[in-house]
Amino acid sequence: MVGKDCVAIACDLRLGLQALTVSNNFPKIFQYGDNVFLGLTGLATDVATVSDLFRYKVNMYRLREERQIAPRTFANLVSSSLYERRFGPWFVSPVVAGLDPKTGQPFICGFDSIGCIDFAKDFIVSGTATEQLFGMCESLWEPNLGPDQLFETISQSLLNAVDRDALSGWGAHVYIIEKDKVTKRLLKGRQD
Amino acid sequence: MEVLLGITGKDFTLIAASKAAMRGATILKASDDKTRQLNKHTLMAYSGEAGDTVQFADYIQANAQLYSMRNESDLSPSALAHFVRGELATSLRSRNPYNVNLLLGGVDPITHKSSLYWLDYLASLAPVPYAAHGYAQYYCLSILDKHHHPDITLGQGIKLLTLCVDELKRRLPIDFKGMTVKAVTKDGVVDIQFDDDKVVKAA
Repeated sequence: MVGKDCVAIACDLRLGLQALTVSNNFPKIFQYGDNVFLGLTGLATDVATVSDLFRYKVNMYRLREERQIAPRTFANLVSSSLYERRFGPWFVSPVVAGLDPKTGQPFICGFDSIGCIDFAKDFIVSGTATEQLFGMCESLWEPNLGPDQLFETISQSLLNAVDRDALSGWGAHVYIIEKDKVTKRLLKGRQD
Repeated sequence: MEVLLGITGKDFTLIAASKAAMRGATILKASDDKTRQLNKHTLMAYSGEAGDTVQFADYIQANAQLYSMRNESDLSPSALAHFVRGELATSLRSRNPYNVNLLLGGVDPITHKSSLYWLDYLASLAPVPYAAHGYAQYYCLSILDKHHHPDITLGQGIKLLTLCVDELKRRLPIDFKGMTVKAVTKDGVVDIQFDDDKVVKAA
């Protein structure tokens, strides 16, 4: 979710097999630079495999280029890596959020499982609660939210969306990304 | 109808696996041990397709032991869990993937922290305080949700396990021939005597 000179990204913590909850401590957001974040929903094994794959690719990029990867570059890396598996895809729907290292402008985008990028200037949603999240974000989000307002907006959107979805919830992680500060907050949420 | 159970406590991890080796509706053996010791502080229990399980478990055990011999130090339970996940994930996208579900439990040799990892055949990995595989999940997880506490003693852990096994005997339609129970503590793996002859009547 985009704010004024800041972005936020949040995920729930549930890991389940259909209706059975296996774990309630399974974060889906991964950090790949000072202010580059990736959220992954979908098949749990692919969430782990894909996040590890990008850790490797970003580490190689950093060694080669001797600088951190920018969110827009990372988004294109995600896109091309997913399309490599066009006919046997990773079953994930990623979301990238970050701040451009040069301009400080917020950047967010989402992907389908084969890497088609969806750029947005407001918010991106993904996962089993997509419909609920669209509804919540559509009604709560407004342009130029400050970091604190953005935290409240994204948290309320996520918490209320997952409460209407039987397959997600069990707590949440929320990251607020500002120019030279990243704040990670843990939300307890409903545990039922 | 294979049963795998795992429970962590203050300074131990309990792992239990059903003793029945089945092939279709037939029980071929009633004293099967579905566990492998990977190193001094790590134990793995497996279930799944007949050939795959032992083949995969032996492969992992051999690699864990090879690492210990080469480096004169054991991999931690966490490191082993991630190694196993990697192997299973590669296998998942191959021509003939391993159909194996695992519980990997251990006690960290340095910090003495107990840990338990839940892995299924899709190579989903989750660190958990207690876990089960197969049908046992539906009966045991709710019992463990209610009664488990992170700093229980080994005695309390075994009581909790008995509670779970009793429920399985009460509700599972097929006899799983009792459980092999092992505990990992900072001193290594110990066999736990477990009463298999106890009869539990359904309500």
